[in-house]
Amino acid sequence: MATTNPPTQFALRSRILHWLMAVMLLTMLFIGVTMVASLGNYHKLVAIHRPLGIMILILAVIRLINRMFTTLPPFPPTMSRQERWIATASEKLLYGLMLALPLVGWGMLSAGHYPIVMFGPLHLPPILPANPTVYAFLRKTHTVLAYLLFVTFLAHLSAVLFHTLIVRDRLLQRMALWSIQSGETKRPKQLKTIPTKA
Amino acid sequence: MINLPVFPARTPQAFYEQLLASAPDHATGKPDPARMQAFLAKYPESARAIQFIHSHAMSSGFENSTFNSLNAFRFINAARAEVWVRWSMVPVQSFEPISTADSGRTDKNQLFEALIASIHRHPLEWHLIITVAQPGDPTDNATIPWPPDRQQVDAGTLTIDRVESDDTSLARDINFDPLVLPNGMAASDDPLLSARSAVYSQSFTRREGEHKHPSAVSPAQTGK
Repeated sequence: MATTNPPTQFALRSRILHWLMAVMLLTMLFIGVTMVASLGNYHKLVAIHRPLGIMILILAVIRLINRMFTTLPPFPPTMSRQERWIATASEKLLYGLMLALPLVGWGMLSAGHYPIVMFGPLHLPPILPANPTVYAFLRKTHTVLAYLLFVTFLAHLSAVLFHTLIVRDRLLQRMALWSIQSGETKRPKQLKTIPTKA
Repeated sequence: MINLPVFPARTPQAFYEQLLASAPDHATGKPDPARMQAFLAKYPESARAIQFIHSHAMSSGFENSTFNSLNAFRFINAARAEVWVRWSMVPVQSFEPISTADSGRTDKNQLFEALIASIHRHPLEWHLIITVAQPGDPTDNATIPWPPDRQQVDAGTLTIDRVESDDTSLARDINFDPLVLPNGMAASDDPLLSARSAVYSQSFTRREGEHKHPSAVSPAQTGK
């Protein structure tokens, strides 16, 4: 369908990448908080944490490139100017953290002179010279950024749920994995027309 | 690695309770024997391990002490065949039991000074002895020794010909995590290993993030 109308949904590719990232990030955040509080499962969880972090880094780069070459659907009219500004800023923050957290983790292990084990004999090279003081600083930074990501993620989730459940502007449908017919997302606070029997 | 022949606790939980039971009482400043009795009654494997530890004489110094991995590990060859092992660093220097006179001394650096003097006389050597488990040997229980007739492989010799203070060596900046292992070596099912990894990671992070105090053994004392 060749049209100049703006899209009502994100591109399918973007939607798949988004939900893949959502699952990976949520898994990662729970592994992270469980890991640092665990004795018996610490080793197993760290062994998942490292390669999953690198997969998130790769996916974040793919998403960023994809985003540059994709037309985005416009904000719904139910979003105020402040809300749009906040949405844009929090999106940038989320992207920044998705890139920064794995890089800080990788850098932290490099500075701590740890082997950066992915799977079995597959190791990553260090990205920083061994330096214990830098290690200690990056280790704390990793925790702070992880909590910031958790908070930003919750804010993102809450905003979408608020719009979808309270304002009822079907904001979530822009990111739904299934296709939404054009125009369906543009009628906020409006009941579907029930066909009347003639 | 440590100079005990077995570890007194099988699980992280047991070790935690042992530390609480042996903590000094607020009123007397000494551990409460009743708490230790209760701990030993609850963990009979710890009682047996402590008895075993006491039946082995301690060496008179670092230089003539054996150091043991205690925990079991897996060695995996190129054909993916696995053996379960423990290892020890066994000194070439002849064993001498600690004398009652030594154990009463209050000089905190005595063992370090003896080691420094010893290294200045001649290089010290230890053999890395790998002990291979037989089926049925406990791999998840560091409180139990393996039978003494198990196959032992002399995997190499460690020679120490220099000694350094913490102030000039990298030792403080290494996390001696038992699960940072090269390819071909892997963790066993011993529950202490993951706990050690977790706790050492935490202590390494704190140690590296704090102000570094001068070492109790100064570079001058090492004769460097």
